[in-house]
Amino acid sequence: MNSSTAEPAVSARNVFKAFGKRPQEIVRRIKDGADRNDLTDLGTAAVIDASFDVQPGEVFVVMGLSGSGKSTLIRMVNGLLPPTAGSIEVGGEDIARLSDRDLRRIRREKVSMVFQHFALLPHRTVGQNAGYALEIQGLNRSDRERKTEEALKMVGLDGWGGSMPDELSGGMRQRVGLARALAAGTEVMLMDEAFSALDPLIRREMQDQLVELQEQLGKTILFITHDLNEAMRLGDRIAMMRDGRTVQIGTSEQILNDPANDYVAQFVQDVDRTRVLTAGGIMEPPVAVLGTEQGPRTAHKLMREHQTNVLAVVDRSKKLHGFVHEAAIAAAVSQGANTLDGLMQPAPSVHADTPLVELMTQAAEHETGLAVIDGAGRLEGIIARVTLLNALAEPKHAGHDSTESMVAS
Amino acid sequence: MISAAEETEGVGIPRLNIGEWIEAGVDWVNENLEWLFNLIQTIVSTLTDGLDDLLNTPDALVLAVVFSLLAWLVKDWKLALLSIVMLVFVISIDQWENAMTTLALVAVAAAIALAIAIPLGIWAARSDRVSGAVRPVMDLMQTMPAFVWLVPVVTLFSIGVTGGVIATIIFALPPGVRFTELGIRQVDSEVVEAGHAFGSTPRQILLRIQLPLALQTIMAGVNQVIMLSLSMAVIAGLVGAGGLGNEVTRAIGSLDIGLGFEAGLAVVVLAIYLDRMTAAIGRGGMVSGRASKLVRRRLDAHRSATRGRAMGQV
Ligand SMILES: Nc1ncnc2c1ncn2[C@@H]1O[C@H](COP(=O)(O)OP(=O)(O)O)[C@@H](O)[C@H]1O
Ligand SMILES: [Mg+2]
Repeated sequence: MNSSTAEPAVSARNVFKAFGKRPQEIVRRIKDGADRNDLTDLGTAAVIDASFDVQPGEVFVVMGLSGSGKSTLIRMVNGLLPPTAGSIEVGGEDIARLSDRDLRRIRREKVSMVFQHFALLPHRTVGQNAGYALEIQGLNRSDRERKTEEALKMVGLDGWGGSMPDELSGGMRQRVGLARALAAGTEVMLMDEAFSALDPLIRREMQDQLVELQEQLGKTILFITHDLNEAMRLGDRIAMMRDGRTVQIGTSEQILNDPANDYVAQFVQDVDRTRVLTAGGIMEPPVAVLGTEQGPRTAHKLMREHQTNVLAVVDRSKKLHGFVHEAAIAAAVSQGANTLDGLMQPAPSVHADTPLVELMTQAAEHETGLAVIDGAGRLEGIIARVTLLNALAEPKHAGHDSTESMVAS
Repeated sequence: MISAAEETEGVGIPRLNIGEWIEAGVDWVNENLEWLFNLIQTIVSTLTDGLDDLLNTPDALVLAVVFSLLAWLVKDWKLALLSIVMLVFVISIDQWENAMTTLALVAVAAAIALAIAIPLGIWAARSDRVSGAVRPVMDLMQTMPAFVWLVPVVTLFSIGVTGGVIATIIFALPPGVRFTELGIRQVDSEVVEAGHAFGSTPRQILLRIQLPLALQTIMAGVNQVIMLSLSMAVIAGLVGAGGLGNEVTRAIGSLDIGLGFEAGLAVVVLAIYLDRMTAAIGRGGMVSGRASKLVRRRLDAHRSATRGRAMGQV
């Protein structure tokens, strides 16, 4: 979904943020190798050496326990907090170097924000709240009302513009918060624990709505959460934070299957893996394939060589035609048949982005395993039953030195 | 300035002549800044006397009815009824003219006090340093016995209405500053942050977020300022500020119980009226009062009617 060649929408390089009397001193000591816990009398090192790129259109989730520095990190992106060291670029402009005036311009034009406790103005109507950013942008009244109405419609609140915030439920209030950010029309949206204050069911609903909106709008979203399931549902990539450091950045599958250390491993322990992992994430390359023009003898030979009892049959363009089974091949060979005619079975096939939970029934019905195909029907990989079962088990190998999934160095 | 000869009751502790220094300071100010005090005197006395004349021009009953209608506008008919009964009572004990003089004094003093207190409170809310500097001054102004302020004020402005107003301002100012600062500091920091996050200027944050959300608290401060002004305005009768204060002072001097109570009851009426009115406005009276609701409903009906017509033409 994201081309890695495009200019990143947000780019952080070696960003530090320390609170206290002498923040520079804290950063210097940490760069020299001091532990943040030994510097507590100087202050708090809230964010330590964070580097990451967020691509346009990407949902980038920052995930970690309370106090790990997530809010501090996200507030440096729109300059609510200036970094102590390092640079943060939004659309190519270094936030830390901007004047107050330019910073306000960036906030009006490029970055909007959704808050944990909604942060609505209680003395204004829903419509006036949703239109706040537009008012600050200096839009005239009729444009403002039109755009506000559009934004309220997007979040399913059309017709509520005249109500007061305190007449709304928590979920609806956050929809107003979301509408306010959407109405601003910025490329980047920051969401700090935006759904954390909501009941679980409402939270699910809001997540679904965000996914849906994101499909239409393709915003660049920095989403903060302490809920891993939420992170996995929403995030194209996830940054795991601990004690101010980003310990791993990767897709949900990378984090699930290849946790960088025990901390991450513990975190992912009780995620519902069937909803997070996809067919594409666990499939294996086919050990061997059979060409449509090849015969039963070749098939028999390949099966023996690769210790398998089923083969996928593909044509020259890699398009999948079906599976052949050992029993049928053995019979054909003994009868001296020269073609695969009548030997092929339809292959149970799925797409790469199908979540595991949807593979279960198919896998149960077909002993042969499943074929993963792309939109044109070409074979991409194979999921044997044993692969599926392995994927559902916990990862065994936490704690090894994985740099593969680390985008940041 | 410390005379070594003087001793205090603690052995070896010299007598600090703070009183002398303050006196010297006031004298110096009096000699060197005379023009300033003359200017203040002119402004304040013109304002107060003008308002006094204005309030005493119409027939007492007419004005009482106007006040009562105002009460209906900001609250309800009950307060209107209470007001008219109380005000007619003041007329009937022949204290109306004095009451209006005191009201003028209170209005001018409270207005000036608020014009100083609210900006100062806003400033203190935005800067910890200003807040730290302002607080002890406010403590001093508020806890110093009220009478003490009368003495330097008389030195600077001589006997009369201006001295009364100035002493009243000093005494009534602090809650205005405190409540304003408190109200602004109490505004939910996430909401203020949201203001910043959407690119508001500091001024927009103040006017569109902080002040509206602090309004109730600020209005509680306004109420306090007005009530303290009233109590001080009566005390200011001692320096010839006029009005009900004069009557009270005269009653004390001549041991006239009847006059004392008549003037005192008129003060009580003013206090109740001003308190209820400011409290109602503080709770959003201007928008929720009966009469003003009525007016707004008319306006809304009118507006939607015209909109409907405009839509019909499309
Ligand atoms: N304004 C501040 N002053 C001092 N310390 C702060 C401030 N803001 C955050 N911190 C500290 O920085 C650390 C990270 O906080 P935060 O970014 O809010 O974490 P999270 O959002 O992950 O819960 C915490 O230890 C917190 O106490
Ligand atoms: Mg936080």
